[in-house]
Amino acid sequence: MTQIKVLGPGCPKCKSTYSNAQEAVKQSGVEAEVIKVDDIQEMLKYNVLTTPVLMIDEEIKIKGRVAQVREIIELLKK
Amino acid sequence: MFDWIQNFSDWLIYSVLEIGAETHLGTALNFFVYDTLKILILLFVIVFLMGIVNAYLPIERLKDFLNRKKLYGLEYFFASLFGAITPFCSCSSVPLFIGFVQGGIPLGVTFAFLITSPLVNEIAIAMFIGMFGIKATLIYAISGIILGTIGGWLLGKFKLEPLLSDWVKKILENKHQQREFEEEKNTFLQRLPGITRGAWEIVRGVLLYVIIGIGIGAVMHGYVPENFFGHYLGGGQWWTVPLAVFVAVPMYANAAAIVPVIQVFVAKGVPLGTAIAFMMATVGLSIPEATLLKKVMTLKLIAIFFGVVTLFIIFSGFLFNLLLIV
Repeated sequence: MTQIKVLGPGCPKCKSTYSNAQEAVKQSGVEAEVIKVDDIQEMLKYNVLTTPVLMIDEEIKIKGRVAQVREIIELLKK
Repeated sequence: MFDWIQNFSDWLIYSVLEIGAETHLGTALNFFVYDTLKILILLFVIVFLMGIVNAYLPIERLKDFLNRKKLYGLEYFFASLFGAITPFCSCSSVPLFIGFVQGGIPLGVTFAFLITSPLVNEIAIAMFIGMFGIKATLIYAISGIILGTIGGWLLGKFKLEPLLSDWVKKILENKHQQREFEEEKNTFLQRLPGITRGAWEIVRGVLLYVIIGIGIGAVMHGYVPENFFGHYLGGGQWWTVPLAVFVAVPMYANAAAIVPVIQVFVAKGVPLGTAIAFMMATVGLSIPEATLLKKVMTLKLIAIFFGVVTLFIIFSGFLFNLLLIV
């Protein structure tokens, strides 16, 4: 199963990225779970400087801005 | 440059809506329409240009630059400058801070970045150009960068590493050069849609604040008596600058909302220097930011950080008032 992670310490941008990811999973019908990572030490493992970050299967796809539903669907289908 | 917006507002308010140019309501509405349109256009243009800069100079590359190059003391200036050109999001400040110190960038240099990043950002710049013109904007931006440079340098001299949170100290003990980041290999034309969309998103995000700010500004323009603030706050008394700064430090307001209000303060008699100091304290330091930083610093370090920056902002307020009167 695909795993989507949203990294961010809980700011509004991170929250909208998280809900966009959930929406994208619903719309695309891809089997995926969406995990919210708000622990800073956990985030550090991924070497990120700007949040929010969208990861799919442990790979950073979009960082520093809110990922749009359509974008996430495209990324999921690849 | 903005004549056509003025013509449009005149036409909309006075001809289409038929509200007289001589009425309070007419002038307030005209002011509101004109300012809102002008600011939104400026915001989009500036955010878009910054988006292009950031596509080619992502924060990871700037960090590598600070890390690798021998800069002979100029690293404080560069960190401060980079803070100015990087888009600021308060939620990124903690990961950024950790990423910097973990990569081996000295604490003082990191502070230089951290001071300037919220102070000089694309939204503040666009609002300032729209409300006060290019000259005041340059003064604001340049002094913000200088403030970050000197502030970071001074904080670096204090040797504050022991005041970091314990887990951050542990990170410092085994700092390492991180793997190189992967650069996007898309051409400019391929990136353009993303940059445009990003700019639009940012503008949409602050739209409400702009409208509220200009709305408050428009009402104050119409109803606050001429030189009202000049009478109470402006009259050249030295204590007005520290007062403005102390009021502004704890509160946080979006630059998009605060600049139109400040413009009215200036129009009604507050010296520009006092207004700039107020603005800097509002966007640069705030309780929410302190709360975030508490994850990586002890309270004492936050107090020193805020104290130094506050003093510098007060000092620059005095300086502007001196320089701008002449």
